[in-house]
Amino acid sequence: MAEGKPFDELWGTSRTRTARPGFEPLARWLAETPPAELARRQQAAEAAFRSLGITFSVYGEEQEAERIIPFDIVPRVFSAGEWEKLSAGLEQRVRAINAFIADVYGPRRILADGVVPADIVLANPQYCIPVAGARPPHGVYAHICGIDLIRTGPDEFYVLEDNVRTPSGVSYMIENRDAMLRLCPELFDILPVRPVDSYPELLRETLYSVAPEGASEPRCVLLTPGHHNSAFYEHSFLADNMGIELVEGRDLEVDDDIVWMKTIDGRVRVDVIYRRIDDSFLDPLVFRRDSLLGVNGLMAAYLAGNVSLVNAPGTGIADDKAICSYMPEIVRYYTGEEAKLANVETWRCRDPKALRHTLDNLDKLVVKLVDGSGGYGMLVGPTASKKEIERFRDALKAQPERYIAQPTLPLSTVPTQSEEGMAPRHVDFRPFVLTGANGVTIVPGGLTRVALRKGSLVVNSSQGGGTKDSFVLAAEPEAAASGTGLRP
Amino acid sequence: MLARTAASLYWIGRLMERAEFTTRLTEATIRLAALGGHAHVEQAWSSALSVVGAPPLDTGREGYVARRFLALSPDNPGSIRSCIVAARDNARAARTALTREGWEAINRAWLVVHSRTSPGGVQATLNLAEELKAELRGFEGALARMLRNEGYWFMRLGSMIERGDATARLLDVKYYLLLPEGQEVGGKLDRDQWTTILQIVSAKTAYRHLYREALRPWLVADMLIFRRELPRSLAWAAEETVALLGEFGARSGRQGPADRLARQRLSKLQELDVGAVFKRGLHQWLHAYIRDNNAIGDSIAAQFRFG
Repeated sequence: MAEGKPFDELWGTSRTRTARPGFEPLARWLAETPPAELARRQQAAEAAFRSLGITFSVYGEEQEAERIIPFDIVPRVFSAGEWEKLSAGLEQRVRAINAFIADVYGPRRILADGVVPADIVLANPQYCIPVAGARPPHGVYAHICGIDLIRTGPDEFYVLEDNVRTPSGVSYMIENRDAMLRLCPELFDILPVRPVDSYPELLRETLYSVAPEGASEPRCVLLTPGHHNSAFYEHSFLADNMGIELVEGRDLEVDDDIVWMKTIDGRVRVDVIYRRIDDSFLDPLVFRRDSLLGVNGLMAAYLAGNVSLVNAPGTGIADDKAICSYMPEIVRYYTGEEAKLANVETWRCRDPKALRHTLDNLDKLVVKLVDGSGGYGMLVGPTASKKEIERFRDALKAQPERYIAQPTLPLSTVPTQSEEGMAPRHVDFRPFVLTGANGVTIVPGGLTRVALRKGSLVVNSSQGGGTKDSFVLAAEPEAAASGTGLRP
Repeated sequence: MLARTAASLYWIGRLMERAEFTTRLTEATIRLAALGGHAHVEQAWSSALSVVGAPPLDTGREGYVARRFLALSPDNPGSIRSCIVAARDNARAARTALTREGWEAINRAWLVVHSRTSPGGVQATLNLAEELKAELRGFEGALARMLRNEGYWFMRLGSMIERGDATARLLDVKYYLLLPEGQEVGGKLDRDQWTTILQIVSAKTAYRHLYREALRPWLVADMLIFRRELPRSLAWAAEETVALLGEFGARSGRQGPADRLARQRLSKLQELDVGAVFKRGLHQWLHAYIRDNNAIGDSIAAQFRFG
């Protein structure tokens, strides 16, 4: 892994400001566009997001506090070759994830063969006992995966985490592109950018492809926790762009293992539910009894095969961070190939040796809860206070199995507008991988998150992160020109 | 369409209409108050408060308390701000049934008021009203460009029910000014009051076009109740309600109690004229009208399963 100066995705590691091969047009654009003009466009983009209400709320703040995620106008660019390698790795990984989930809820071969320890799976709070032995329609569990990647060099990509429960952020991919097309149209003349706006249509096809067999004209809905949820904008955006109903738990009822939604014309049968609420809130009769977001009897309808849930309940077992660390073995086990995407090196603190290493190096490591997300429950050793480190030391000793540790990697940087002018800021990347009855699809793009604070490695929106558009370039310039030519 | 979404859209229609009406009421009352002395100011604001069914309160210097109550008070569920906040809440929940433009219009109105707590001086309130009117017109424009389907019909139904209520209340509060047919408007004060009413329903010029004569109370009543050319008249709202419900019926092939009630109300209105209403007693007649209007609102909710 690279030491010292982090890899910059535009300038590489050159000190002379020479763009990496293929990225010269972006460098020229940056040099030729006056900083004040870039700042103006960025403000225009943020004003548009505010007026659209693309906001998120930070848990723990007042309910009224709606913020927009800061947007940076300098895009992050992948060459065609980089994307080809990445997407092959993503497809392989997601196939393995689905095979793994099907296995651990089915024959459990991988546990019997000792590739992954049985207790880490079966004793895991994410292991969803009610669906053990059940098979979802078409055998797909993780229909939508958001794989968080980081980069440390030209060819060095690592998976940081797999989000296979209800990953969010895809609306930013589309809205950021919309803003870029409007505000920086000249960029699309000089770079052959592949479009991302087919995502809702592809998602729609994925959803309909996994409808229970026998549903002649299947009806699909998106189930949201409601408009106070921080990702509600995305829920409504996707439902709208797919032309499906956006429902809350109270709009649905289950009768005789069949799911109905309450409409102005009476009850209408529902066949596929793209749910954006967690497993534990899905059905008060099976999971949390205090859930006001779910639907009584939904799991019974699912287990009877009368409704498809997307993603299927129980997928959380595959994004547990301790299990994630076995992914190279898991990929090899199910695909017979070596994993094309490496994991970030991970110490599982349940293992006494790893725990000792972690405790000895707390000031250098990132420590995470195995089931945490959103940057919560996380220690970033190099920037943490002594007090925080001691708090984590105690927590680790008390429940080591709840934690993993990873090195603090020199995340790649991308030029970003900042108070000190154009400056490198660390980024990560979340592409979205769709799996339907007919295979895997990946839209050429994703969500790039950027840590706006100088030197910061934390990209989470709840902790001062922003977003950027992510350009994937076409191999043939002509191909992309036709893709963007229709846009205003 | 989800019954919950229908409820949200119907309420967006009602709340945005109410916000607009209260904006005009506030604006017109400021103008009216500016025409007289201290006692006159007090009376103008008290009258405005009773139009929205508020309990009497000390209206304050330059009507500050009343202006704040009408425009911004979070304790008044009918204040312009409360209406817009609630409309936006509904719009978020029913986001998929709105166009982007429709949502943006509501959101922009919300951005104008959501963090305002003081109406400032009279001029500041007028400026606020002007800004709000522009945003609310934006919403109407966005609505006009929407696909004509259930979403549009529910919002329009909400605004028609609200409009019937508001116009009837406005007339009712000013009914003591409505002299018997044949009498001229007395004094300057009366004329100012009449002008105010017309401003609230944005019909000052319309009156001249329709009647081509000086302000006569029974003609103002005639216009606000019976003239279907005026979009804020009871006749227009009643006719629109029937037509909108008819759209649902044409789509589903079914009708319900709301259709019947709305048609009955319209035909009763068509059989009357302003003389008959005065004979019966305008106050009593308006009260019955408001009651019927509420009943139609309730039966719309029941018919579309969101009651």
